[in-house]
Amino acid sequence: MSRAELIDTLAGLALFADLSRPQLEAVAHTFEEEYFADGQRVLRQGFSGSNLYIVVSGQAAVHVDGTQRTILSRGDFFGEISILLGEPPVADVVAMGPLRCLALAGSEVETFLLAYPRVTYRMLQAEARRVRSTNLWR
Amino acid sequence: MAVTRRQPQSRRRRSASVRPFPPGWYPVITVGSGPGGLQTSYFLRRLGVEHAALSADPGAGGMFRRYPLFQRLISWSKPYAPVERGTRPYEWYDWNSLLGDAPGHGALVPEFMDGKSYFPSRTAMERGLAAFADRARVPVRYNCRWEGTKRTDDGFVLVTSDGEYACRVVVFAIGMAEPWTPEVPGMDLVPHYVRTASPRAYADKRVVILGKRNSGFEVADALLPWARQIILLSPRPALLSIHSRSTAGVRARYLLPYEDHVLGGGVFVLDAATERIERTPSGYRVYAKGTTRPSDFALDTDTVIAATGFTTPLLDLRTLGVATFNQDRLPALTPFWESTTVRGVFFAGTVTQGAIGLKKHGIPSNSGGVAGFRHNARVLARHLAETYFGITVPRAGLRRDNVVLHLLSEVTHAPELWNQRSYLARVVNVHSRERIEEEGILPLSHFVDVGGPDAVAIVLETDQTGDHHPAVYVRRGGRVTEHVLPSDPLHNFETPAHRAQLTALLDGLL
Repeated sequence: MSRAELIDTLAGLALFADLSRPQLEAVAHTFEEEYFADGQRVLRQGFSGSNLYIVVSGQAAVHVDGTQRTILSRGDFFGEISILLGEPPVADVVAMGPLRCLALAGSEVETFLLAYPRVTYRMLQAEARRVRSTNLWR
Repeated sequence: MAVTRRQPQSRRRRSASVRPFPPGWYPVITVGSGPGGLQTSYFLRRLGVEHAALSADPGAGGMFRRYPLFQRLISWSKPYAPVERGTRPYEWYDWNSLLGDAPGHGALVPEFMDGKSYFPSRTAMERGLAAFADRARVPVRYNCRWEGTKRTDDGFVLVTSDGEYACRVVVFAIGMAEPWTPEVPGMDLVPHYVRTASPRAYADKRVVILGKRNSGFEVADALLPWARQIILLSPRPALLSIHSRSTAGVRARYLLPYEDHVLGGGVFVLDAATERIERTPSGYRVYAKGTTRPSDFALDTDTVIAATGFTTPLLDLRTLGVATFNQDRLPALTPFWESTTVRGVFFAGTVTQGAIGLKKHGIPSNSGGVAGFRHNARVLARHLAETYFGITVPRAGLRRDNVVLHLLSEVTHAPELWNQRSYLARVVNVHSRERIEEEGILPLSHFVDVGGPDAVAIVLETDQTGDHHPAVYVRRGGRVTEHVLPSDPLHNFETPAHRAQLTALLDGLL
């Protein structure tokens, strides 16, 4: 994926929908692109020091204690809860086929979210939807 | 297939005047004679894995035959260290020498240093690598250029300038020294970093440098005494190694331009995305938009240098099916540095950064540099020997009451663990209380993600506060748990407190 393709991809993700082209360029340079093969673990339950990931292409399964809970796909993000709370992740996230993500070190997340408040707002909206979905299932 | 199967090398007559490894079939072929290729070939040879080593270059050294441009490396080799030169712990103090299993093979770079800096000069590095190839007797077929790749039923055929080579496994140690530039209109008008002229040529000139990583700051640092004005430009703020706590950031020795910027002395470090570059009668105009604050720039300058980085010269490997990432610059690799999509295609050297590892606390592996990838080479060679060629490397037994001391000694002194933090692990397998074996160094991601016997692994970890401490991974019944041990201000993890904590952790396992 070239830089231009990456920026076009970012522009199409809800999380970054409010950013200008130069801001998308900065985001593309701030996050690292990572590739995971089928079955590879991206996030590990109970391990400290994890990072924030945004799915660019492909799918990933969320497992809690070995049980699959949901599937993540393009535009979804994960790892933010453990970073915000300073606790190890409570789930494994495993690539289902080739998976491309953008990754940001946990230690850089606070600076990033403060620098891009529109991204933070979009992230809050996504979290609200997750809470609503969780409550609907109760 | 036109390639003929050759007799084992030991049965062939060789003479010094004959170039080694004529075209034919070999179990393994390594490509490249930089530090990654030499180190991998060395360890394969030590394990008895027959292979041919090919290189397009006329001699050993790889990228160090040409770079760094301003003739000084960015990683230390300390001629005088707290431990004896040539010992295993000394490798932590000498990041540039290749590793040797026999006396006289390792710690060679300091021999050629002149005392002016603890960063070796380019020539010292090149001479150190040539000395390694010579003294450790690492034969390479030089002036043999890999030009293409074909897949066969039982491996691969490499098309080279000397003919075709067939093999079961290929290891590409081809570096990451091919200039790379982003797709920006007008970028083709400006020279890449590799075509930077002598600093004197920039006397009294305005210079725009596109890129704020090490190569950009390296150029800026060299031009400080000459250029009238220097502007460094890239979309994201400069990441400094002292902040990232890794070698991924700009190294401290290149920070003078940054200090000049901070003090307002005439160097500008801008966060801006280049939109286009145009020629003007007197030079160039660079159009850019601010990223961290809104602004439009139209920068008139006498010259522009694209310090935009490098890519891996993969030739036709993408067509073969090798998946890439990082803007198509790196192959995606397994923990043992095999292509995730084409089995039998491995990588060594700086390209091993294509296996990301856990990247705990955001700290990447050190595989991009000699200090890190030389250790990867040893692990790769053993992996190839054992998984492809049925060679079993004996494991030493460990006494139960010695395991804790052994692990703490390793995390305090082992260069593998310090050079490759949270990436390479020292592993001890516990088959039973009576059969405990030293498994050696393994990629941490392999240990935590692939099952195996009950075992314990230890790594050196650095967290977001910069704290260095041991992290222990215990596998019991297939489940791996993580435990972080305390740090120590003098990095001594062999204290009674560490012993007590690790002993308690391993209670029931040993």
